[in-house]
Amino acid sequence: MSGESSHHPLLPNLDAAIVAEMLSALGAKSVDELFSDIPQEVRLKRKLKVPDAATEYSVRRDIQERLSANRTPPGSLCFLGGGVWPHYVPAAVESIMSRQEFYTSYTPYQAEISQGMLQALFEYQSLMCDLLGMQACNSSLYDWASAAGEAVRMAARVTGRKRALIAGNVGPQRQRVIKTYAEPAGIELATVGFDTKSGKVDESDLRARMSDDVACLYFENPNYFGIIEDDADEVASTVHASGGLAIAGVDPISLSLIKGPGAYGADIAVGEGQPLGIPMNYGGPHLGVFAVKDMALARSMPGRLIGMTTTIHEPNDRAFAMVLQAREQHIRREAATSNVCTNQSLMAVGAASYLSLLGKEGMRRLGETVVSNSHYAAGRLSRVRGVRYPLFTGAFFKEFTVSYDEANAQAVFERLARSGVLGGYPLDGRFGLGDRCASFCVTEVHTRADIERLAAALQEAVDGA
Amino acid sequence: MPEGFKQARWKEPLLNEISRPGRVGMLPPSDPEIAKEFPEPGSLVPARMRRASVELPELSELQVLRHFNRLSQMNFSVELGMYPLGSCTMKYNPKVSEMIASSDAMKQAHPLQPPETVQGLLSILYELERMLSEITGMSRFALCTAAGAQGEFAGVLMIRKYLMEHGGSERDEILVPDSAHGTNPASAAMAGFRVVKVPSDSSGQVRARAVQELVSEKTAGMMFTVPNTLGLFESEVLDVSKAVHAAGGLMYYDGANMNALLGKARPGDMGFDVVHLNLHKTFATPHGGGGPGAGPVGANDKLSPYLPVPLIADNGGKYSLDYDQERSIGQLKGFVGNSAVLLRAYAYIRLLGASGLADVSSLAVLAANYLWRRLDPNAFPVSHGEGLRRKHEAVVSVKGELPGGAMKVAKALLDRGVHSPTVYFPLIVSEALMIEPTESEPMELLDEYADAMNKIYMSLKDGTLGDPPVETSVGRVDEVKASRPLTLKVHW
Repeated sequence: MSGESSHHPLLPNLDAAIVAEMLSALGAKSVDELFSDIPQEVRLKRKLKVPDAATEYSVRRDIQERLSANRTPPGSLCFLGGGVWPHYVPAAVESIMSRQEFYTSYTPYQAEISQGMLQALFEYQSLMCDLLGMQACNSSLYDWASAAGEAVRMAARVTGRKRALIAGNVGPQRQRVIKTYAEPAGIELATVGFDTKSGKVDESDLRARMSDDVACLYFENPNYFGIIEDDADEVASTVHASGGLAIAGVDPISLSLIKGPGAYGADIAVGEGQPLGIPMNYGGPHLGVFAVKDMALARSMPGRLIGMTTTIHEPNDRAFAMVLQAREQHIRREAATSNVCTNQSLMAVGAASYLSLLGKEGMRRLGETVVSNSHYAAGRLSRVRGVRYPLFTGAFFKEFTVSYDEANAQAVFERLARSGVLGGYPLDGRFGLGDRCASFCVTEVHTRADIERLAAALQEAVDGA
Repeated sequence: MPEGFKQARWKEPLLNEISRPGRVGMLPPSDPEIAKEFPEPGSLVPARMRRASVELPELSELQVLRHFNRLSQMNFSVELGMYPLGSCTMKYNPKVSEMIASSDAMKQAHPLQPPETVQGLLSILYELERMLSEITGMSRFALCTAAGAQGEFAGVLMIRKYLMEHGGSERDEILVPDSAHGTNPASAAMAGFRVVKVPSDSSGQVRARAVQELVSEKTAGMMFTVPNTLGLFESEVLDVSKAVHAAGGLMYYDGANMNALLGKARPGDMGFDVVHLNLHKTFATPHGGGGPGAGPVGANDKLSPYLPVPLIADNGGKYSLDYDQERSIGQLKGFVGNSAVLLRAYAYIRLLGASGLADVSSLAVLAANYLWRRLDPNAFPVSHGEGLRRKHEAVVSVKGELPGGAMKVAKALLDRGVHSPTVYFPLIVSEALMIEPTESEPMELLDEYADAMNKIYMSLKDGTLGDPPVETSVGRVDEVKASRPLTLKVHW
C-alpha cells in the first residue's frame, strides 16, 4: 500500500487491519510481496506524476467551473449538424438511460440474469428494422462513421471484390473513417462526383464508374449538403446491375417523412442514432446503426445480435439471448467478421425508448416540425444581405447550404460563434466549392426567435467578415 | 449475499403487444406561425421519396417508463451486487462522474463548434492525455478511439504504417499468445496481418524462447497482454520485447488488464511501443450493458507520429483539435471521441490521485489473490502457474468430469444474487472460471462469494444442484433455439 492515505470512498479494504487479515489468509507478508513477480527492472520506483487525490466536492467543483467556460445551449444557439445534430432529449429517455441497472451492467453473457438488457436491445433491433425497412439490425456499433467503414469492408467480403465507390457528397468525417477502415483490407476507393447544380449524386458519373469489380457504393440520404437523394431507386439499381451492394447512410429522424433505405433497394443501411435521444456529448458516445436487407447478409454482418427464444424448461417462457456469436471475435478470433466487442448498448436502449415515446404520431409530427423549421430558416437567411441561397436546387430535410457573396465562410463561422451562435459550418475544401460556402442545421429545438437571432447575427457576421 | 434472492419476474410484453392506436408518449414542439407558412410540410419531401407513415408503437409516457423500468429490474448490475466478470473489470462507477457528465456544458457541446468555445472541456481532455501518458510511460495519447478493440485496430495500423515507411512492408505477421482476448487476433486480421499464435507454457506464461523461435523477417510485431488473461504477470516480458525488437518488430500492449499495474509498472518501461487502455475497465466508466467505452491509444516517440487523429493540441494554454498529422494512420471514428466517457475517466483519476491509483492496484490484486485462496483447491484447481501469485484476476477449473461443469457453477451463482465469473475463457483452460473481483468489493463479500462457490461445487458433485438458475427473471435460456429459427426482430 502507498500508506499515504486511509479511508477512501472507493476503496473499502483500504484499512491496515483489513489488509493484514487478507494477507495473513493468503500467506503473504506484505502487499508488495504480491507484486514480487514483476521484475525489478520494470517496477516503477517512484510515485506517478499525477495530482494528489481530491474529494468528490473538490473534483466536482473544479470540473464544473472549467466546463462552465464552454459555450453551449441554452446560453448559445447551436445550428451545427454534419452527423451530430441538436435535438431535444425527452426527460423520460434521460430517466431510462440513468437507470443504474442498465448503465452499470455489461454485455449480457449470462442471459438469465440479463433479460432486461437483452429484451431492450431486441426491441431496439425491431424498431430500427421498421424505421429503416431492413430485415436485421445489430445491437449497435460505435458511431455512423465506423459503421460505414465496417459496411464497406463487409461489402468487399461478401462480393469478393476489392473496389468501392464513395459518393462525393458524403460527410468528410465518414469519408476519412471509411478510408482508414478500407485501406488495410486492400480495398481501393474511388469517388463518384455530385451534380453541382442539384447537390445530388451524379448518376452519369456513377454509371461510368460502375463495373463488375465494384463491391459497393456508399452514399448518404439526405447527403452532407442536406439534400434528399430522390433518385435513390435508380442509384441502387445501377449498383445492383453490376452485382455491387448499395450502402445507404441515413439520419433516422429524416425517416419520419422519407422512405427508409430498404424501400429503395439498399442492401446495407448505416446511420447515426445520436438524434434518437442521445446528447451531442462533444463527439460521443453516439450510436452506430448497422442493418442489412436479408438474413443471408445478417450472417456476414459485424456486431452483436440479440434473438428471441424461450427457456429450456416448461412452460417455455419467452426469453432473449445473443445469437450468431460464431461471427464474433470471442469465438472466431482472426476469422471474425469484425473485432468489435464493446459497443454502444446503452445508447441503443436510449434510442429504443425514444422511438417508443414518440411512436407513430410523435415521429410524424417531429418530421413535420423539423422540415418546416428548416425551410422557414432557409427562407429567412436568404433575405440576409450578402448571403446567397440556395446553393443547390435539390430538396432538403433539416440541413441546407448557403454561399456568401464576399465573406469567407471560416471568418463568418468564427464571428457567429463569438456572438453566441454556433452554425454556418464551412464546407470542406474537398467539395471543390471554394471557401465561401457554409452549412446550417435547423431542428425542432429552434424557435422563431432563435432563427431571428441567427439571421441578425449572420447579417452582422457577413457584413464584418 | 442474503438468502432468498429473487430477481424481478415481470414477464414484460414487447412494445408492440401493448401498443394501441391513438396514444403518444412525447410530442415535439411546433410553432403555429411557421406551421401556417407550411400547411403541408410533408410535401417538402419529393413525392417519390415521401413515406406514408412510420409503423412505431403507440404508448403513453408512463407506459414507456414502466416498460423500461421493469426491464431494468430484470437486469443485474454492479450497483446491485458483486459482478466479478473476469477481464471486464466491473468496478464501481462513481456517481459524481455521472453528475458531471450530465451537465449541459458537456451534453450540449457540438463536436464541430470552434475550439475557442470549448476551452474548458479541451483543457480537461488535454490533461487526461498527459495523465494517461504518465501512467503508461508513453509519449502521447490519442483519445479518439471508441473502445478497446478500436484502440487495438489503431495500434496495429500504426505498426503497419511505421513498417511501410521504414522498409518493412513485407512484414505481415503479428504474434499473438494463445491466451489473448479474441479481439487481438481479430484486430490484427482487420489490419491485414497474418496471426501467428504463440503458445503459453505450462505455467501459463509466454517464454522469450518461444517467441525467438517464431520471429523472422516476416514479423511485424506482437500483441501482448500483461498481466495475461490468466491473471499472471508475464515475467519474461522484457526478453520477449527484446526478441521482437531484435527481429525488427514492434510491441503492442493490450491494456485490458492495466488495473493490476497502476503506479506499479508501466508498459513503456517494459519495451512496448504502443498501448491501448480500456477506460471503462481500469478508469471506472460505466459499461452501459455492453458499451459505450473508450479505448485511447498511446505511443512512444517512435510511433506517436502515427497516432489516429484528432489529437488534443496545447498551443500555450489554448487548446485545439489537431487533424494535421502528416503520418497519422487517419481517423477511425467520427469527430473527437467518446468525450463524455473521457470526462468520467478524468474525474476518476482526480478522485484517486497518484497514491490512490497505486492503492487501487494493490487492493485489486490483494482481492483477487484472497478470493482465489479462499476457494477449495480440490474443487477449483488452477491449470497453470500453481505457485504463482495472481494479479488482478484468477482463472480456475472445475475439478472432475462433472456434468455442466463451469456453466453450472456460473448459473448457480446467479441464484445467489451475484454475477458469475467469465466462463470458458481463456480457451487454454478447460472448464474455466475467470474471476476478477476488483478493489471495489469489501472483504466480507469476497468471503461470501468464495463460500458460495465452494458450496455449489459440493452440490454439483453430489448431484443435488438441480438445474439452476431458478431465481432469475427467467429459467435456463435455450440459446440453441435462439439461432434456429432465428428471430432478430418483430414486426409492428
